[in-house]
Amino acid sequence: MSMLHVENLEVYYGAIHAIKGVSFDVEQGEIIALIGANGAGKTTILHTITGLVPAHSGSVTFNGVNLNKTPAHKIVGLGMAHVPEGRRIFQELTVFENLMLGAYTRTDKAEIEDTLSTVFKRFPRLEERRTQIAGTLSGGEQQMLAMGRALMSHPSIILMDEPSMGLSPLYVSEIFDIIQSVNSTGTTVLLVEQNAKKALSIANRAYVLETGNITLSGNAKDLINDDSVKKAYLGE
Amino acid sequence: MMSFISYLVNGISLGSIYALIALGYTMVYGIAKMLNFAHGDIIMVGGFTIFTAMSTAWCPVWLSVIIGIVVCTVLGIVIEKVAYKPLRSAPPLAVLITAIGVSYLLQNIALLIFGSASQSFTSVVKNVAPVTIGGVTISMETIISIVVSLIIMVCLTLFINKTKAGKAMLAVSEDKGAAQLMGINVNATISLTFAIGSALAGVASVLLCSSYPQISPYTGSMPGIKAFVAAVFGGIGSIPGAMIGGILLGVIENLSKAYISSQLSDAIVFLVLIVVLIVKPTGIMGKKINEKV
Repeated sequence: MSMLHVENLEVYYGAIHAIKGVSFDVEQGEIIALIGANGAGKTTILHTITGLVPAHSGSVTFNGVNLNKTPAHKIVGLGMAHVPEGRRIFQELTVFENLMLGAYTRTDKAEIEDTLSTVFKRFPRLEERRTQIAGTLSGGEQQMLAMGRALMSHPSIILMDEPSMGLSPLYVSEIFDIIQSVNSTGTTVLLVEQNAKKALSIANRAYVLETGNITLSGNAKDLINDDSVKKAYLGE
Repeated sequence: MMSFISYLVNGISLGSIYALIALGYTMVYGIAKMLNFAHGDIIMVGGFTIFTAMSTAWCPVWLSVIIGIVVCTVLGIVIEKVAYKPLRSAPPLAVLITAIGVSYLLQNIALLIFGSASQSFTSVVKNVAPVTIGGVTISMETIISIVVSLIIMVCLTLFINKTKAGKAMLAVSEDKGAAQLMGINVNATISLTFAIGSALAGVASVLLCSSYPQISPYTGSMPGIKAFVAAVFGGIGSIPGAMIGGILLGVIENLSKAYISSQLSDAIVFLVLIVVLIVKPTGIMGKKINEKV
């Protein structure tokens, strides 16, 4: 059985039928990319998985637990962290306070300290700026903080929504390197990206989303050479 | 000079009561983004609860005070659950009107039970002689109001900045969705905020009714509005702002009463508010509002 199983998911925003029956699977240890144009429904799918948006029908199952019936604030405790679109760090709190909120559901102080030191090792800049107010960080640093905050919950899967958005090319490469290295330490990654080229270059498998439907799926290596993908998403 | 100091101290005392009430306004605004106009009437309910408890022979003063604060706390949680929670995603105007409705509901229930006439409230520190320091005579109520308010403000500041629940409140007030992703129970956090705000209103009711020993169904409305002004004055949503705004407001009100005109004192208070908002629209400690792009 796969780690995360989404079956026939439908989501409405009022009268708008945003997600029209989407099914996909994420296996343990994979990097899965969800690519598609603006408004295709990528963010909505992530929001529905972590309970920020209610599903109309269909199901989301994570390690055998039905997430549709789980209150949103209980989901992170199951081992699923979500780095939301636009980072949504707590602007008025310090870097350290943001990271500790990431560990909100954990109680063992020694284990939290342990995770904190691994996060600081991965993001040395966050350690340098631990007392700085988060809103004053640069865009790339804020993205790192959002990722560090998610890692503080010690997740088995991490959902990342447009981590490259608004970043300089230098930061984009750095962020993608970090995603790969997080994955190599055993954390499964579900990645939503408009930067399809970058996403496909690190993913194992990918799903292409168009206006609420999955139109194409397969190995990332095959999709990167697919003519329709090339034309629509890779600008070739 | 002596009389100036005495007016000033009384102003600080009144102001610290305003500050306690303003804290409730500002915390609820910060977290639920709504103006709880029933907040002032919670003070009135607290006052009547203590009044009723003290008039029964068996209930000592300290127990009456505790009962009053507990009733306010529970009332705050119930109002949030029944009236505001179903409107969590409704337009702000609907919530505002509901809050005004709750305010009238509480006033009218009190009218039905206690009638419209003011009744005299027995101070919780009666028979304690005023204190004279350096020729300035200060009543016990004044001293207690200042001391109690200061202690509460220090504790509240520590609670918000040092505890996990306090941090959760800050997180929820900034971004409910992101707070949920951290595993914070947003509804429970909002309930906690209403509970704390209403408990502070309960404390304010003891201090207010003891300093100005009268109680009627309308006791809460004017202090409620003044405290709302104090919260806006200090920067709505800001906790230190509510404290500073409340104390400043009390001092301005008392000094205008003493030196300008007791009829015009309220007008002067609102005039100062208007000037502050023209110069600094977000209030004294107000944060810049970040518009999402």
